[in-house]
Amino acid sequence: MIELIDDYYAYWFCFLLLTIGLYGVIVKRNLVKKVIGLSIFQSAIILFFIIAAYKDDSTVPILDPRIEVTNADAYINPLPHTLMLTAIVVGVATLGVAFALLIRIYGKYATLDEDTLMERMK
Amino acid sequence: MKIVPYVFLALFFALMTYAATFLPRRGDRRAPIHREFSAAGTPVAGTYYIRHAHADAGTENIVTVVLADYRGFDTLGETIVVFTAGIACLVILRNRP
Amino acid sequence: MIPDESAGSSLIVRVTCRIVARLIQIFALYVIFHGHYSPGGGFQGGALLATAIILLRLGEGLRRSRREFNPEWAMPLGAVGVLIYAGVGMADLLAGGNFLQYEYTPLPEMNAAQMHYWGILIVEIGVGLAVMSVLVAIFDRLLEGQNDD
Repeated sequence: MIELIDDYYAYWFCFLLLTIGLYGVIVKRNLVKKVIGLSIFQSAIILFFIIAAYKDDSTVPILDPRIEVTNADAYINPLPHTLMLTAIVVGVATLGVAFALLIRIYGKYATLDEDTLMERMK
Repeated sequence: MKIVPYVFLALFFALMTYAATFLPRRGDRRAPIHREFSAAGTPVAGTYYIRHAHADAGTENIVTVVLADYRGFDTLGETIVVFTAGIACLVILRNRP
Repeated sequence: MIPDESAGSSLIVRVTCRIVARLIQIFALYVIFHGHYSPGGGFQGGALLATAIILLRLGEGLRRSRREFNPEWAMPLGAVGVLIYAGVGMADLLAGGNFLQYEYTPLPEMNAAQMHYWGILIVEIGVGLAVMSVLVAIFDRLLEGQNDD
């Protein structure tokens, strides 16, 4: 049992963050809180990839002159880190567009509450 | 207080926790993405990049070489995405009273 | 030279913002150009440059920090960043190789690893410029029309 927790606690923490983000999107009624929940969800997915790239007793993927490069087990996998750099920047751009849309919604309907908004849109 | 969203979230967390135990253990060096060759005999991308990055680009930072040399086309698409987000923000917020 | 008290923010905030923004800009250039030897590169340095300019906007207000970075130039500068990246790719294509194949870049002759080195450097500068301009442009658009100070 202790080995099970020791092997997978990082993944369980990542899925806890996923659940918190999903809670923010589903349960909260304010639109800004939904956007914040979306941002938490995104950070949890990025964390999942970074956790998957780890190797035991390995160092960062910057070539150390003291370690020969034929020993590829001394460095962690660089590919998920590269993909997540792209994902972070795309997330920031998406949040910018989301807030622009929220400003327009507030300017037209004078509310950011989900139920009041659905009433006023009829 | 509505009960259905909370039951759904609890079920979601339980299902993901159960599914996580089927993944390779965290930090396992024999996981499929850390090997030399995949099950079909093709070289696996991660170890190929570690071995050949310095010989191809003369750079110590392997992540930058992968980002700008081996996967450079994806980075170009990503830069265009960032620029498009700026254009979208500009178009949405035009002529604001 | 010494800012007056009649503006909105207090004197300490404005002087601190000016000093810290210059330090952040130096560190951002360090992060971009040392992307080959330490963690860093184009995206991280671009975000740091945008942070320095946004700090000046928050501390001084739009009217005073307009001379630092004009909001009219933000989107064209972002387009220049994307064009630098695509321009390197097109230069490689016109010189005989494939798109973004750095051995054919029109630079002084050196061996293949050095050509890849310089190709990566030019591309990271383009990416940093584009990311900085778009982040500052989004910030300015979201806060347009609010009274500054």
